[in-house]
Amino acid sequence: MEKLLEVKDLEIAFDTHNGSVHAIRGVSFDLYQGETLAIVGESGSGKSVTTKALMGILAKNGNVINGEANYMGKDILKMSKKEIVNLRGKEMAMIFQDPMTSLNPTMTVGFQIKEAVIEHNEVTKKQAKARAIELLELVGIDSPRARYKQYPHQLSGGMRQRVVIAIALACNPKVLIADEPTTALDVTIQAQILELIKSLQKKINLAIIFITHDLGVVANIADRVAVMYAGKIAEYGTADEIFYTPVHPYTWGLLASVPDMSNTDVELYSIPGAPPNLLYPPKGDAFAERSEYAMNIDLEYQPPMYKVSDTHYAATWLLHEQAPETFMPKVLEKRIELMKKEAEEYAKA
Amino acid sequence: MQKRDVILEVKNLKQYFKTSRKFTVKAVDDVSFKVYRGETFGIVGESGSGKSTTGRSIIKLYEPTDGTIIFEDTEITGRLDSNTEKMLRTKMQMIFQDPMASLNPRKTVLNIIAQGLDIHKLYATTEEQDEMVYQMLETVGLSREHAHRYPHEFSGGQRQRIGIARALIMNPSFVIADECISALDVSIQAQVVNLLKLLQQERNLTYIFIAHDLSMVKYISDRIAVMHHGRIVEIGTSDEIYHNPIHPYTKSLLSAVPHPNPVLERHRKRVFYDKSLVNYDDGIYHELEGDHIVLATDEELKKWMVES
Repeated sequence: MEKLLEVKDLEIAFDTHNGSVHAIRGVSFDLYQGETLAIVGESGSGKSVTTKALMGILAKNGNVINGEANYMGKDILKMSKKEIVNLRGKEMAMIFQDPMTSLNPTMTVGFQIKEAVIEHNEVTKKQAKARAIELLELVGIDSPRARYKQYPHQLSGGMRQRVVIAIALACNPKVLIADEPTTALDVTIQAQILELIKSLQKKINLAIIFITHDLGVVANIADRVAVMYAGKIAEYGTADEIFYTPVHPYTWGLLASVPDMSNTDVELYSIPGAPPNLLYPPKGDAFAERSEYAMNIDLEYQPPMYKVSDTHYAATWLLHEQAPETFMPKVLEKRIELMKKEAEEYAKA
Repeated sequence: MQKRDVILEVKNLKQYFKTSRKFTVKAVDDVSFKVYRGETFGIVGESGSGKSTTGRSIIKLYEPTDGTIIFEDTEITGRLDSNTEKMLRTKMQMIFQDPMASLNPRKTVLNIIAQGLDIHKLYATTEEQDEMVYQMLETVGLSREHAHRYPHEFSGGQRQRIGIARALIMNPSFVIADECISALDVSIQAQVVNLLKLLQQERNLTYIFIAHDLSMVKYISDRIAVMHHGRIVEIGTSDEIYHNPIHPYTKSLLSAVPHPNPVLERHRKRVFYDKSLVNYDDGIYHELEGDHIVLATDEELKKWMVES
């Protein structure tokens, strides 16, 4: 697989009235062609900010203070405005949470798709229209010719999100960044949109960065998962590694605090406290304050990324060779056991 | 459920909204159910299914179009005498979805929480009021120092705790929680849900828990009602609903929920639902074994029982 994107030691700070908020504190990851990388984390963990930096749409008070983001060998963060405009849409596209606010209510959906096509390609209006209708069909909208003339308010939430996806795909991008695209939708519609995204990915070999806080959605769509906490990646690995053999205490807490419908008898674990205020970033491990596994070193030094397997890395001192042997919470251990058993049974049936 | 003491009974509740001269929205259409003392009754459904409207009609934020609601053996529909009104306004409380929008930003936490006490004159001296608020704050996991701050100084999870404190200070027996954790982060959701469970045990509370997140509803509820297009299509214990759903809509809803289990997700099959094949208007509530009620016509029920 070809490596499309390589982010290294990204650091971003926002200037605010109260001082500089260090929102991203050293984030590194790769993205390969045709794969889905899910970024999970709570609000404020920096998952949206990271991807906005990649698209060059950071808020005005946000500054990249360190790091690089190489897209096919070229650093996006050092590109001129013109280069970024060329990259956006054609190479990388982004969809957002609320399909109502990302569409213009005063223009037909057809016009909005056509606009994206014309902006980046040298085509006649007729060709652009044909392409727009083709795109509507691609994203699974019935009678695309009729829908072409309709306004966003005439479509349901799921339909609107399909239109947004059509616009994003208008110029055949290689990378699609989806920022919580199903959070505002009902579960049944969410399932449809996830299926659509997966089928499109197969058809046009898209690489997808999928941001969400819903672990069910992650399990459904992700090949690899990065868990973010307080502006850093706490753990990353394949979906199976993160869900069945997690090693970071934050991942443990996160997994144990979501009820799984099939075994709700298992007690729900709650992480005490709240995430740190990044106006005053913690000196050591950001999660130490909330972790029952914290050691003295966690309060003083930030842990490096330890390698668990070729695809699985985690930033926690617990993986240091001198750290005492620790085990995940009993609740989670039990849950994972049940999950594995259930998955086996399901696979057999 | 030990003794099955009915705390709330809703009979043929209808809540219509006239949106124009010609058009009426039937938000809740002929809904009946019972809630037993000490249980958590979950209501799930997609947006627009009428689950929130049901909750709001019960607590009389709307005047129901038709139907009767009996709470603590007293009918609470129609005009109420002042005693009943007072009983209703103290014994039944509500926790809302958005903790930012439901707390007055210009009042201190103390004033927000004490407002119900003020209205019903439930304290003799200001000191007594303050003490009640302080105790309540500690009960919900905040501290007394928080009483003199304003809502914007708190995080989402803390604000929702204030909302819970405001509801519980009236010492209610019945609490309607309308999407009260939807706006919170995953790790904070678990904190709030565990708090609600703890308080329920301590104070023998009855909850109606309205949410669209099926896994959370299944976790917290003893019984679940599934709503669709203003109707309750199925009611049952949460295990019954999950392991033995009868109504095709329930099946389709359950099959759409993603599980945090990657291997399972790769094999999960979705069940599709076509409302045009199901007749809601002629359906009646059938009581099945194991505390399970399904809205269906006789033929439909026969067909579904064979399928399941």
